[in-house]
Amino acid sequence: MEKKKVTDTLKAKFSEKIKEVSFPLGDETVFIERDALREICSFLMKEPFAFTMLLDLTCVDYAGENERFEMVYHLYSIVNKARLRIKTRLNEKDLEIESLTPMWKNANWLEREVFDMFGVHFEGHPYLRRLFMYEGFEGHPLRKDYPLRKRQPIIPMKRKE
Amino acid sequence: MAGGWITTKLNYVLGWGRKFSLFHYPFITACCGMEYMSAACAHWDFDRFGCGLTTFSPRQADLIMVVGTISQKEAPVLKTIYDQMCEPKWVLAVGACTLSGGIYDNYAVVQGIDNIIPVDVYIPGCPPRPETFLDGIVKLQQKIQNQEQEFRWKRRK
Repeated sequence: MEKKKVTDTLKAKFSEKIKEVSFPLGDETVFIERDALREICSFLMKEPFAFTMLLDLTCVDYAGENERFEMVYHLYSIVNKARLRIKTRLNEKDLEIESLTPMWKNANWLEREVFDMFGVHFEGHPYLRRLFMYEGFEGHPLRKDYPLRKRQPIIPMKRKE
Repeated sequence: MAGGWITTKLNYVLGWGRKFSLFHYPFITACCGMEYMSAACAHWDFDRFGCGLTTFSPRQADLIMVVGTISQKEAPVLKTIYDQMCEPKWVLAVGACTLSGGIYDNYAVVQGIDNIIPVDVYIPGCPPRPETFLDGIVKLQQKIQNQEQEFRWKRRK
């Protein structure tokens, strides 16, 4: 498939939901509105683009900016051998975004990781719980305002009743 | 006079027996485990020092070797396993991460396992060479030989 075809189609179809399209180092990147994520992803998942694989899902903290958290999604199409990066920004006061777990099963743990490390809530996630840190851990350690030297007490092991 | 002599000799014999029959429990979580494997296998072979029997149950072990990074989430597990060991018991902490957190000076890693359990011998290195490992075991044996031995019928003061 030719380059730019995906982004051109997206621009034509979801013109008001797409903020920006760029090609850093030749990678197609789409900057979208937050509420259109599920819609755009389900469109991309179908033929002819067939982005059936969610490679990665992560978050970046741009502390000090107005829309502080940036969600980044990497998609891969096995049929077309094409990659696509989708980005969207979240405001700190309203940290909520649609979950992609109903579409890609592997989004489950990736979203749990982002919730653990950044505190982003995923609407429609079946089991949103900390993945890496333990229950009783306070705060979200990959945020830029988490103190570097902060140590939290060790929680004793739970006994089965 | 004679009683004192018997006690001293009994202490010596018990120490001699204990230092050459260390059943160890390997608590291996990270790359130092490779050095543990080298030290345990034929090239360096710490069975020569009577430390050869690996038990995979803490209840039958005399010595726990904590080898590798201990995270905050794992710390209660290590504490529980230490509590499950029968007396007399010793702890060998191996590698920079176990001793002090090492390069992992962050929110997720315990900054030295002596925050959780008492440690007898520290083996530094990132990772320590098998020779260092053997040296640590010999140091532990010296410690066991020279310490006051506990046993069931001992008269308590």
